[in-house]
Amino acid sequence: MPYKLTINGTHHTVDVPGDMPLLWVIRDVLKMHGTKFGCGIGQCGCCTVHLGDQAVRSCLTPVSAVGHRHVTTIEGLSPDGTHPVQRAWIDGDVPQCGYCQAGQMMSASALLKKHPHPTNAEIDAAMEGNLCRCGCYLRIREAILHAAELAHGTEDKSSAAL
Amino acid sequence: MPTMEKIQINRRSFLKVTAMAGGGMLLALYASPLDEVFAQMRFPEVKLVPASFVMIHPDNTFTIMAKNPETGNGVRTMLPMIIAEELDVDWKSVKVEQADVDSAKYGLQIEGGSTAVPLNWMAMRQIGRAGRQMIVAAAAQTWSVPESECTTKSGTVQHEGSGKSATYAELATKAATMPVPNFQTLKFKDPKDYAIIGHPTADVDDEKIVGGKPLYGIDVSLPGMLGAVFVKCPVFGGKAVSANLDEIKQLPGVRHAFIVEGNGNISELSSGVAIVADQWYQANHAREKLKVQWDEGPTASESSEGYLQQAQALAPQKPQQILRHDGDVDSAFGNAAHVVEAFYAYPFLSHATMETRNTTASYKDGKLEIWTTSQLPGIGVMPLSQFLKMSPKDITVHMIRGGGGFGRGLVNDYFFEAAYIAKTVGGGVPVKLLWTREDDMHHDFYRPAGYHSLKAGVDANGKIIAWKNHFISFGSNGRFASAANMEADEFPARFVPNYELGTSMMPTGIPTGAMRAPGSNAIAFVIQSFIDELANASGKDSVEFLVDLLNVEPLPAPTGGMGMRGAPYIAARMRACVERARDNSGWGKRTLPANTALGIGAHFCHMGYFADVAEVTVTGNQVKVNKIWTVGDIGSQIINPTRAQNIVAGGIIDGMSQLMDYEINIDHGRATESNFNGYEPVRLTEAPPDIHIEFLNTKYAPTGLGEPPLPPVLPAIANAIFKVTGKRARRLPLKREGFSWA
Repeated sequence: MPYKLTINGTHHTVDVPGDMPLLWVIRDVLKMHGTKFGCGIGQCGCCTVHLGDQAVRSCLTPVSAVGHRHVTTIEGLSPDGTHPVQRAWIDGDVPQCGYCQAGQMMSASALLKKHPHPTNAEIDAAMEGNLCRCGCYLRIREAILHAAELAHGTEDKSSAAL
Repeated sequence: MPTMEKIQINRRSFLKVTAMAGGGMLLALYASPLDEVFAQMRFPEVKLVPASFVMIHPDNTFTIMAKNPETGNGVRTMLPMIIAEELDVDWKSVKVEQADVDSAKYGLQIEGGSTAVPLNWMAMRQIGRAGRQMIVAAAAQTWSVPESECTTKSGTVQHEGSGKSATYAELATKAATMPVPNFQTLKFKDPKDYAIIGHPTADVDDEKIVGGKPLYGIDVSLPGMLGAVFVKCPVFGGKAVSANLDEIKQLPGVRHAFIVEGNGNISELSSGVAIVADQWYQANHAREKLKVQWDEGPTASESSEGYLQQAQALAPQKPQQILRHDGDVDSAFGNAAHVVEAFYAYPFLSHATMETRNTTASYKDGKLEIWTTSQLPGIGVMPLSQFLKMSPKDITVHMIRGGGGFGRGLVNDYFFEAAYIAKTVGGGVPVKLLWTREDDMHHDFYRPAGYHSLKAGVDANGKIIAWKNHFISFGSNGRFASAANMEADEFPARFVPNYELGTSMMPTGIPTGAMRAPGSNAIAFVIQSFIDELANASGKDSVEFLVDLLNVEPLPAPTGGMGMRGAPYIAARMRACVERARDNSGWGKRTLPANTALGIGAHFCHMGYFADVAEVTVTGNQVKVNKIWTVGDIGSQIINPTRAQNIVAGGIIDGMSQLMDYEINIDHGRATESNFNGYEPVRLTEAPPDIHIEFLNTKYAPTGLGEPPLPPVLPAIANAIFKVTGKRARRLPLKREGFSWA
């Protein structure tokens, strides 16, 4: 049946089964490939997107459960790579293979929206569900702290984006 | 310059081995898992030329080709960096483009065995320098001045005497007509003038990664593309007999469903059922309704528990083969002050790359086009062409960035499957085959399990005088299963006067293969833990014991032959790493918190030397790694320091996953674990908050970094745990012994 979705501010109508995971609607139907498939059971965090302000695993989110909430994917963080999290990830040269990083960044940006100056414990809680097989964790933690600084330093311009 | 001379010697020894092995020029450089890969390859003597690698654009920017596959080790950035340096252009004026598979143009294109640097350090500098030389020659001719009076900088040539200057772009047309210089006469940049090599350089794909741009194998998207799943027998080597294909074909979106017989080679095309649908999700959804009658075959009776029992039964018996024997081991035990015996065991492991296996293929009018994340796609082309009765010339292979490799991509099974399915579908319809996580974990080429029955004797001065290792592994007819071997010269061979390494093999139907630091990832744990046991038995400090062992004048290194490491173990290099890690960590000089201890581990592999000290706190059975001090020696030059640091930290964290959690259990011939809920990589909360990394710059030619940082961390942490708890873990993973991360 048709579902109305708002993804990164754009409206879409998709005619798919209600139990189809949002991940595959985004990837296979809407052809947006930034959101990654990793495990299919909510164990790795590669498929993390925002529903409203909440970071969720899109592989476990049936399209029928999205409702009126706006979806934000990695492509929607900023049109030009200038979101503080994106800048911090570049500054820190965080990735190795890079495959999990979209999910890491979506979890990180949701965290910073809630806690603009996160403690290590808040970072732990927000990021524990995102696996990085290459083990870039030290850089991920540093980049989150750096992103918080970037957002703070340019509060007028970027706080809205967070 | 001593470094240069060393490289030249290495190059000559390459060539010597070429002649011996008839085409497998790399054999001498690798531990055996890759030997097997290379033994199958007969790649032509390729003369690399600058024109294949460098394009000069009118605006004086440059496209540099990245010749090797990229799955996360940073070669797509690093190899072009080397060319750009010697070409003498600014990195910001360079755009990197990924090469397709083309062995005539690029020679061997592999990501594996930490080979990118040792195999390409000289070659990429030659390409860059030769390209620069041709441009300088063009300038000299144009200006009628001697080449020797021309200098270059930032993509321009200058002649100081006449004040003339031109950009590379202005000279490009003429430069292209200049002869390619003799590579042996090239004079390279002095390393002190490096502006790119040795300078932290962000990955060329970083911006695409953070922007969520399509980049990986799974992101390949072509007009009219279909999605496919390939369902194989859960028992390795099993065959599909029949399936409810008619029912499957009725399901939404399904276009094709068919049984694949396979070609009898599990590393190429296994038997199974292919389902192809408009969208991958539909194919995978249809799979839930699939009913297959399998012929499970003989492997169905095999299990991890069965292997362990067999290994325990074999351990006290005489080894089937002796790999190395020095002195008189049995008599020497009689002279020992302390004799220690131990049985160590480690499990099968899955690579669990973050991106599951996938490949996209399209077949039309006798031509096949493939997009793959393989780490060694070139090796797949010939057997694929034979199986599909095509000319290799009609197969085009694009190398797409892979979300992790760790050696999994050295086997091309998914590549074969996608090609076969696309050819069956035909009509130029692109088909993307994507494995689920469960497919990926159930159909790996696993790091083989292994068992070591060890006995060693230490004299009253704390010197190891006798060492016996009965290594029980997998194989048949005297031939090890892939990556299930142990080198005859594996440390501490040569450092113990009375030494025996024997082996016995168990046949297995479980597919095995190279996984990051093959062999070493398990052997370092066994050897370095057992050495720690000996230090403890003799009452000596663990680091002092290891340093003393490395101070022994070693017996001669083995000469020639297949499967040897080629680069002999240089004890002084390892000793320097151990001593530096000791000093950096304040070993023996700091008061540590309660329930906290330091542990040491050191290992040589893939021509790299690494020593780790781990500071570990154990509370109950909960383990917290507070800090790792790691020191590595991979020669005279770290090419891209930012990536090098990232890889070393990642290797350590990868090793921690293997230590604590990773384990694939085989039961009834199938893998029991199927996803990350039963096979858990270290998480952010468990990673050490601090990893101190130091590279010793030595006179040796630069070597690779993918593998050597991993192995020593397992014993370093395990030895620290022993110091706190008195519990000696001899069976991996540690969760079996009740431990978990704090």
